[in-house]
Amino acid sequence: MRAHPELIACMSCDTVNRRPRLEPGEVAVCAACGGTLLRGHKSVQQLAALALTAAVLYLLANVTPMIGIDLSGRHSDTTLWGSVLAFTDHVTAPMALVVAMAIVVLPGLQIAILCWLSLFTLAGKRAPLFTDLMRAWQSLRPWCMVEVGMLGILVSYVKLKSLFHVDVGVGIWAMAGLAIVLTAVFPGDVQSLWSELEPSTDRDADPAAAAGPLPRSGPG
Amino acid sequence: MSAPVRAAEAGLVGCHVCGLVVAAGDAQALGCPRCDSELQRRKPNSISRAWALLCAGLVCYVPANVLPVMHTMSLGDTNGGDDSTIMSGVIQFWQNGSQEIAVLIFLASILIPSTKFIVLGILLVCAGRRRSGRAVPARSVRLVRLYRFLEIIGYWSMLDVLVVGLVTAVVQFRGVSEAEPRVGIFYFGTVVILTMLATQSFDPRLLWDGR
Repeated sequence: MRAHPELIACMSCDTVNRRPRLEPGEVAVCAACGGTLLRGHKSVQQLAALALTAAVLYLLANVTPMIGIDLSGRHSDTTLWGSVLAFTDHVTAPMALVVAMAIVVLPGLQIAILCWLSLFTLAGKRAPLFTDLMRAWQSLRPWCMVEVGMLGILVSYVKLKSLFHVDVGVGIWAMAGLAIVLTAVFPGDVQSLWSELEPSTDRDADPAAAAGPLPRSGPG
Repeated sequence: MSAPVRAAEAGLVGCHVCGLVVAAGDAQALGCPRCDSELQRRKPNSISRAWALLCAGLVCYVPANVLPVMHTMSLGDTNGGDDSTIMSGVIQFWQNGSQEIAVLIFLASILIPSTKFIVLGILLVCAGRRRSGRAVPARSVRLVRLYRFLEIIGYWSMLDVLVVGLVTAVVQFRGVSEAEPRVGIFYFGTVVILTMLATQSFDPRLLWDGR
């Protein structure tokens, strides 16, 4: 069994392509199906900066109210966690778990993992539990719904505005910032950490491997 | 341009966790040398898993649309308050003059879920069909574009669940104006999760595999 770090297999169509070296912002597409193979990834410094920014915004978004309403002198507001608890008293209780995961627990875990991995890599060390956390990050990502949560807050604002006097809390700005920061972290940026601390023989295609029989292209 | 080489034909496997390409030969039982994950040529039981999840989603889709998702009560209601369903929520936005929001909710809650059922159904039929020779690449390229589209739009359907959570959390003036979630939103959220799982289980590389 031999590794071929100079190759990349398209996850959409299984075509083997040469792994290009890309600058940040560049995108390599698969020669056969046009799917994105690889993006020029951010530096570890940038990744760590985004992770720390996300951590601060996440804390703010979770402790400050998102949205509040007034009705004849009475005031009511809710935080993110409040919208989770809204489901718990009813037959809809399982949804409390889903919402808690989607907008509170998993985004928090994702950010914590990101900080952990990027800061250790920045210090030139392989983070404890590196492999497990990289794998966890990848499987968590599709279930983090901060952007959807942000849109949900805006829709709720419009919905409530027709009935009440609505004011927005600090949380809404933190949430908007968090949505932007997390969107800026591409899966490829995190994937790049796999090769970050490996000896350079793995990064720069090993001549023996490049001459091997497998990457040869030809009919069939 | 020479014909592209496919990993499976060249005896290579791209690790689904770290992306490393490994010459695995028949030694598939061995893990990825970099991240120790199990090497998979294709996602396991992709087609039957995706069908099962999609069918389960379809079953929940009916109560999700028929049953009320939210109950609102305000002072002076003589009939004990109003139940709203997914569709009546859209209509309400439209009538209150928020046409943009009505369109947005319609997209997220009605169009995206139904598109997922139809498109994933088409993909599964195409990937499962026996082919005499090689798959037609042009058709597979179109289909795989649809798949990538599904992956992107999938989780936006959760929008309505979050809106119900926020609205019922904040509208809590006991005796004057109250809102409660109703069981329809549970089915709706379940549809979103099941269709997301179904999309994740599907392996688009099967569209290219001649069988």
